[in-house]
Amino acid sequence: MANSAHGIGGLVFDDKKKARAPEWNVFFALILIVVVFEVLGMILQGQSLLFDTDGRFDSIFNEQRVKIIILQVSIIGIIALGSTQVIILGGIDLSPGSIVGLTAMISMSFAQVAEVNGMVNPKLMFDGVADLPVIVPVLIGLVVGIAAGIVNGALIAYTKIPPFIATLGMMVAARGAAKWWSKGQPISFPTEGYATIGSGMMPVVIFFSLAVLFHLILKYTVYGKHTYAIGSNEQASRMSGIKVDRHKVLVYTIAASLAALAAIVLSSKNLTAQAGMGVMYELDAIAMTVIGGVSLSGGRGSIIGTVLGSLIFGVIISGFTFLRLDAYYQEMVKGVIIVGAVVLDQWRQQRAAARL
Amino acid sequence: MSDIILETRGLTKHYGGVHALEGADFAIRKGEHVAIMGDNGAGKSTFVRQITAVEQRTRGDVIFDGKPVHFAGPIEAREAGIETVFQNLALADDLDVPSNMFLGREKVRFKLGPFSILDNKAMREATMGGLVKTGVKIPNILNPIRNMSGGQRQCVAIARTAAFHSKLTIMDEPTAALGVQETAQVEKIIRTLKEQGEPLILISHNMRQVFDLMDRIVVFRRGRICANLNVKDTDPQDVVAYITGAKTGAEFEDV
Repeated sequence: MANSAHGIGGLVFDDKKKARAPEWNVFFALILIVVVFEVLGMILQGQSLLFDTDGRFDSIFNEQRVKIIILQVSIIGIIALGSTQVIILGGIDLSPGSIVGLTAMISMSFAQVAEVNGMVNPKLMFDGVADLPVIVPVLIGLVVGIAAGIVNGALIAYTKIPPFIATLGMMVAARGAAKWWSKGQPISFPTEGYATIGSGMMPVVIFFSLAVLFHLILKYTVYGKHTYAIGSNEQASRMSGIKVDRHKVLVYTIAASLAALAAIVLSSKNLTAQAGMGVMYELDAIAMTVIGGVSLSGGRGSIIGTVLGSLIFGVIISGFTFLRLDAYYQEMVKGVIIVGAVVLDQWRQQRAAARL
Repeated sequence: MSDIILETRGLTKHYGGVHALEGADFAIRKGEHVAIMGDNGAGKSTFVRQITAVEQRTRGDVIFDGKPVHFAGPIEAREAGIETVFQNLALADDLDVPSNMFLGREKVRFKLGPFSILDNKAMREATMGGLVKTGVKIPNILNPIRNMSGGQRQCVAIARTAAFHSKLTIMDEPTAALGVQETAQVEKIIRTLKEQGEPLILISHNMRQVFDLMDRIVVFRRGRICANLNVKDTDPQDVVAYITGAKTGAEFEDV
């Protein structure tokens, strides 16, 4: 039964015919983009983007810049882990950016210190609500995320309105709620415990831990299998006895919870929360996901792809800064790359179909 | 009469004013392969949809395995042992063969609600078993279904029913969209099911197929069963006469 672990009915499985995992394509794209920036860097700036050319570091990499590249995509990367699952499910989520704003405001208002420099905290949101243990604001933030996710999921699963509309509604409403929470005022001065969550390289650690966790969940659990199945063929999933509606609520809830976590990390990192936090984050997260090879038609993609997509995203942003090019170009090129990734994905699918 | 696996009495379905199915009396024995034939709109698919509870009947009784049943939906019907291969394949294109075989009833190694850990090895092995049983040829069961031919996909859908030891298999035009070779493969599976004594209801327009494979032909016309013929005692012209209404038989009689 050596070879027949794959082939059946007398047909021998030819390993060479096995398609290369799509993540490899994303990985090669990452390498290609790095090479492009290295070459441009050598020509325009006379230095390397990622590598240590002047011996400032012990490793071959320019550690500082590599760290910054990963750090700056970590928070949106956490959101992208949720977007990945929603898109694999065949949906779309436009609300994470606003959920970041709302959750940051609410969490932070339970994470404030009582006294700043010996004076009563001037920004204190609620009298007497200060110096709480760090678990309180974190849990409250997660509850906000879970609640928003349940609303998203329930709207989509039970009223059957398109995910685009349901989450667009949440996007607008949650942003409004974020502004209403403190009448537009920023909330600041978190406790030391809360400030640790997003300090230093913590966002990166949290991003990668969650990536590993959700990679395993998508690959090895019933939850993952059903997410792919529903994205691939919702009707077949329903006929096969998968509780499609319940599953949708679960996926949107997990996505919104991840957005809430991102908000906690972000507000902790910035030591303040503002109602405008996270604007456009959902689009960057979707971009990372799409660049990472997750198909917008559902059923295909992976967390590994999204993590690679987020790194591509980070390299591009840093690369432009490194080349001292205008931020305007950066955004324009970002747009081109997002569209390009989708075009490339479709082209690849058509070619794969034509090969048969 | 204990060898009757499924019986319907006066099964009726109205869509508003449209009488799609009217007083269908039908029975199938264990191990028997019965064809359902009839023109488009004659009520064949409607009949199947009532049995599998994809729709709820207007009135009448369904007796399955000796007990009157009232399934709330197709999932309940399947749990009770009625496996259906639908006209539109109920497969998830992006998943591999084992995932499709076990869609909605995955084997788990460790129960944790929705986050239960999949037992991929057991599902792979059971899939191999199911496919060997039906004689399906697939080069790599770990490829997504998308990359397979229509015949292979149909075979997976059918093997799924075979793998779960259903008490009754229903196929709704399983070869309608298939080529000659692929059709032969599906017919081979149907023969295998016959040898194994698994009862089958086959909806088909293919006269040759029906005469080659089935024991009995039940003809639907305008929402009623108009003939119940033993394959041995009839011929294609006769069946066509019943289908088109040139000939009208007695009401349903027990063969």
